[in-house]
Amino acid sequence: MVAATIARSIATPARAPFIALDGVAKTYEARFGGQVQAVETVSFEIGHGEFVSIVGPSGCGKTTLLKMIGGLLEPSAGKITYQGLAPGRKKPQLGIVFQDAVLLPWRTVLQNVCLPIEVMRKDRAEGEALARRLIELVGLKGFEDKYPTELSGGMQQRASIARALVSDPAILLMDEPFGALDALTREYMAQELQRIWSSAAKTVLFITHSITEAVFLSDRVVVMTARPSRVAEIIPIDLPRPRDLQMTTSEVFGRQVAHIRSLLSATGEL
Amino acid sequence: MATATAARGESAPGLLRRLDVGTALSAALFILLFGGWELAVIWGLMPAFVLPSPSDVVVRTVVDLTTATTLSDCVYTLTEILVGFLGALILGVGLGALIALNPLADRVLSPYIVALQTIPKVAVAPILVIWFGFGIESKIVIVALIDFFPILVNAVSGFRSTDPRQILLMKSLEATDWQIFVKVRLPNATPFLMAGIYISMIFSVIGAVVGEFIGSARGLGSLIVQRQASMDVIGVFSILVILTLIGIVLNIAAKMIGRRLAFWSETEGASGI
Ligand SMILES: Nc1ncnc2c1ncn2[C@@H]1O[C@H](COP(=O)(O)OP(=O)(O)O)[C@@H](O)[C@H]1O
Ligand SMILES: [Mg+2]
Repeated sequence: MVAATIARSIATPARAPFIALDGVAKTYEARFGGQVQAVETVSFEIGHGEFVSIVGPSGCGKTTLLKMIGGLLEPSAGKITYQGLAPGRKKPQLGIVFQDAVLLPWRTVLQNVCLPIEVMRKDRAEGEALARRLIELVGLKGFEDKYPTELSGGMQQRASIARALVSDPAILLMDEPFGALDALTREYMAQELQRIWSSAAKTVLFITHSITEAVFLSDRVVVMTARPSRVAEIIPIDLPRPRDLQMTTSEVFGRQVAHIRSLLSATGEL
Repeated sequence: MATATAARGESAPGLLRRLDVGTALSAALFILLFGGWELAVIWGLMPAFVLPSPSDVVVRTVVDLTTATTLSDCVYTLTEILVGFLGALILGVGLGALIALNPLADRVLSPYIVALQTIPKVAVAPILVIWFGFGIESKIVIVALIDFFPILVNAVSGFRSTDPRQILLMKSLEATDWQIFVKVRLPNATPFLMAGIYISMIFSVIGAVVGEFIGSARGLGSLIVQRQASMDVIGVFSILVILTLIGIVLNIAAKMIGRRLAFWSETEGASGI
């Protein structure tokens, strides 16, 4: 059974490969001695322009995996390779949306969204125009000059999504980005994300604890086991695109949600 | 949530009332103290050459502040204060950043800093006057020395308080160390720095006056010494008033700058003196 799932997890995507994880593991050194094995061994590939979701019990190492894929954390074993990068680059240009918004409190919404433009020394005027369009896109028009403390948690998170998009990154890494949003905004943002993704040919790695969201958005869903985590199964979602909310009530959709849910409860969660 | 808002809604006018009562009582105390003092001198309870009346002091202060020589002493002392403070600010922030961000510098320098911190700086002043002379330089060094430690200590905690998630965000944008410093670490440290600055602003005045006591021909501190020698008690009090005014103005200026630079911080308001 275990061997079978591992064998299946190495399945390659239909698209040209972009990021390949090969036996990636992470063991943290705990602060007062001892070790925490977060990720046991994970291998899978993400294709160029693919939308991949990761679901798994909380604390199983999803955030850890995301940081390693983004090159922000060294794996303790295994390796991550990138293909088709622009010349001179060692890792892809990232757009990250963290679990919490991580806005700089001394900057306005517009200044926060423009941060990547400044850091990457891109054209300011062009960058600001794009930033304003993205702020409108995430539904924050009129809040450009407000400070983060003047926004609700959900609004802050939407600002951070605009910030992640403004640099036109090769890969968008999203760590439970909609966790702070109310149900309606969440559905709206999921649809917007699908639209952005399909129009901008972006690769997206999306961590969520909403199975419905994962199925709705993804080309493939990676289901993780509890810590120390492995890939339980990788599920291709072959629903036609563009997807609308109507589809979430379809039978195929329901079957895939139920399948993922059963996998997760088999790992002892939910 | 609803109850918290309600409680705040109720307490806002309450706070206002308490503030008004507080201001009124404070004013009443002022009148009582200075009125009593004035009367005590008028009734001859205190000889005026020991304790001059507040009104005499005020008159003398006005005269001092409109006399060119006393004004130039004010400027002299203010120069010591501001230049010394600026030196301490540059050194304190620079060294604070180094200690906070470089573990080796921390291990090498911290023992010395802890040791130096415990030396009473005022007691070093006579040596500094010997080293740097009776001119303005020795006073600037004394002010800088006194101001340095509060700024350094707060700078170290400020630079250490950076949110690691903000650093990770900057790393994800492939920011250079300098960009991370300027765009994240420095703004994050600002409320802490302001706390250090409030303290050292007050220390500055003490440092300058002590330096001038020890040896100086100019400045408000040396003027106190001269007037004391000629038993000009009203004159000494007048300088005291001027020094207090300088302290108040510097404090207000620092607070205004702090409120502008660290407007986003919740801790800023509470940390000052
Ligand atoms: N910097 C760290 N040092 C030590 N342990 C960590 C660190 N970061 C995460 N962990 C541990 O690794 C495990 C996985 O964490 P994480 O990747 O955040 O999980 P998830 O995002 O799936 O909830 C958790 O048990 C967590 O406590
Ligand atoms: Mg997480």
